[in-house]
Amino acid sequence: MSTGKRPGASIADSSLLNVDGISLRFGGLKALSNVGFSVRSGELFSVIGPNGAGKTSLLNCISGRYSPQEGRIAFDGQDITRLKPNKRAAAGIGRTFQNLALFHHMSVLDNIMVGRHHLLKNNLFTGAIYWIGGAQKEELEHRKAVEDVIDFLEIQHVRKATAGTLSYGLRKRVELARAVALQPKLILLDEPMAGMNLEEKEDMARYIVDLNEEWGMTIIMIEHDMGVVMDISHRVMVLDFGRKIAEGLPAEVLANPNVRKAYLGEEDLVVEDGPVLQAVSA
Amino acid sequence: MAIDTMRPCGDYRTSYRADQTIFDTRLTFAFIVGGIILLALAPLVLSNYYLSLMIQIGYLGIAALGLNILVGFSGQISIGHAVFFGFGGFASAFLAEHGVPVPIAIVLAGLWTTAVGLLFGLPATRVKGLYLAIATLAAQFILQDFFVRAAWFTGGSSGAVAAPFTILGFDMSGDTRYFYVVLVFVVVMYLFAANLMRTRDGRALIAVRDHYLSAEMMGVNLAKYRTMAFGISSFYAGIGGALYAHYIGYMSVEGLDILFSIQFLAMIIIGGLGSIMGSLLGTIFMVLLPELTGALAGILQGSAIDRALHLKDGITYMREMLIGATIILFLIFEPDGLAHRWKQIKAYWKLYPFSY
Ligand SMILES: Nc1ncnc2c1ncn2[C@@H]1O[C@H](COP(=O)(O)OP(=O)(O)OP(=O)(O)O)[C@@H](O)[C@H]1O
Ligand SMILES: [Mg+2]
Repeated sequence: MSTGKRPGASIADSSLLNVDGISLRFGGLKALSNVGFSVRSGELFSVIGPNGAGKTSLLNCISGRYSPQEGRIAFDGQDITRLKPNKRAAAGIGRTFQNLALFHHMSVLDNIMVGRHHLLKNNLFTGAIYWIGGAQKEELEHRKAVEDVIDFLEIQHVRKATAGTLSYGLRKRVELARAVALQPKLILLDEPMAGMNLEEKEDMARYIVDLNEEWGMTIIMIEHDMGVVMDISHRVMVLDFGRKIAEGLPAEVLANPNVRKAYLGEEDLVVEDGPVLQAVSA
Repeated sequence: MAIDTMRPCGDYRTSYRADQTIFDTRLTFAFIVGGIILLALAPLVLSNYYLSLMIQIGYLGIAALGLNILVGFSGQISIGHAVFFGFGGFASAFLAEHGVPVPIAIVLAGLWTTAVGLLFGLPATRVKGLYLAIATLAAQFILQDFFVRAAWFTGGSSGAVAAPFTILGFDMSGDTRYFYVVLVFVVVMYLFAANLMRTRDGRALIAVRDHYLSAEMMGVNLAKYRTMAFGISSFYAGIGGALYAHYIGYMSVEGLDILFSIQFLAMIIIGGLGSIMGSLLGTIFMVLLPELTGALAGILQGSAIDRALHLKDGITYMREMLIGATIILFLIFEPDGLAHRWKQIKAYWKLYPFSY
């Protein structure tokens, strides 16, 4: 599987996302230096790197939270470098967050319904008169779509629960559900498995693969668990101190001496006969 | 699993439609409808004094709901709600004087107040928290000053006459009849709000409150919804103020001060931030509070406490102190307000005798 040719996924020749030489500075700190890469439609593309390498900053540039000082980002044939975050959601970019970012006081259902925001047409006025003017009909249609997502992520039992009361693992799943409800072309996942136990990780990996293969979503994933990354990614990019130091098939990246050097002393990438390679060949 | 609904067990939904109702059980629905019918019968049995209290609860409750949409639902703040209430009153009196039928004048006054509220809500697109609070405080003083100066609009210091409420030539003034006018407005305005909160724009408001960064990533335009909350809030304040003006028959700048604005805040804190019914409960509480203090002072009359504190002269101070103390007590002991307590009582009775 480490060849990156998972059966089932259909990867297009054309690129969906084009990141071209972006640099991002916070005062004197260079969080990203001239990073460029492309992600093709249908790909599951992983970004790895040591803590503070700039992975989250990169996702933030793509989703619009940060504006890079240099470089361009093109998505689906459109230059989005200066587009506002809410417009990017409508353009088809969804994301989850490294630190949970649910709407804590809302129900799980409402959280996920917010994901439909850009697809819904009812407004303040038609919403207030719910029964007349079509808001009810539209809401119920979208409720159906949301229920499909709820079924897929197996969170039916908590759909009415207040998001803030859920366990960590469930919250991560609800966050994914909310992003999926957006019906994005590209979904950005920032450490979707962090803090999970083995069983939860396996579930999450399965959801991600299904999203990619069955729902046809292009995915960029940041993840520290090398076993999972090597197992499910088509391609991997490595960041270190804000620079891209490698990009390629999982096996190529793993064999890259620069990558080994970057991870030297880090216990989660044990090369050669370590647990990572075992996980990959398993 | 932590399922946080307080619905009786065994109450399953068979369609999404049934699952999306405002009233979570048939019992609640029956309760609310029954309550409205009972209220409609109230003028037959209640004295004008109690009717006037209920009318007060009505127009203040509408304005309080508006403030709750801004503060409780969208997570912003306004320390100037009273002036929007006042603006609605003046605007409706002004429109009625220029020949607009009163029912239409009230609605137009609401819209006019919305426009003003949007204008003063513009800072919300740039600032949050304490800075926004100061900006709304500015609105309080600017509009209060405007009311004094703009005699063409407000009648200056002598105030403006507000025409009596007539509909199709039928006079609806007087406690007994005006009660129905206010009841209709309360029901409609509360239904609007309940509907709003279960549809797209209402959810977006709450999302902005709970986590604005991820709301934006979900496609919500922050500036739009922050300002919109001010608009909705002012609309409700304006309608409330207009109902007040045509009830009293007169609108003056007096009383539209910051203390009144703080009383609106007290209503929603006591009732429950982010709760629609809580807005009404808090208003009931605040309207009945002076009645209570009055009664209390009556009971204590002549006693040692009365002699020591001069209750009779101090009653207005006592009232203000009591409001302050109540806000603090609620913030400490019941931060979710009366609405939360109400929910628990409801849940208890629904499960009775199998409460667990
Ligand atoms: N808003 C900000 N202001 C200042 N510095 C920032 C900001 N966001 C990120 N940084 C800095 O940029 C660098 C990259 O951070 P980033 O969060 O992108 O790392 P990361 O690769 O996601 O790390 P981790 O694996 O710990 O999540 C860090 O040095 C961080 O301190
Ligand atoms: Mg990170």
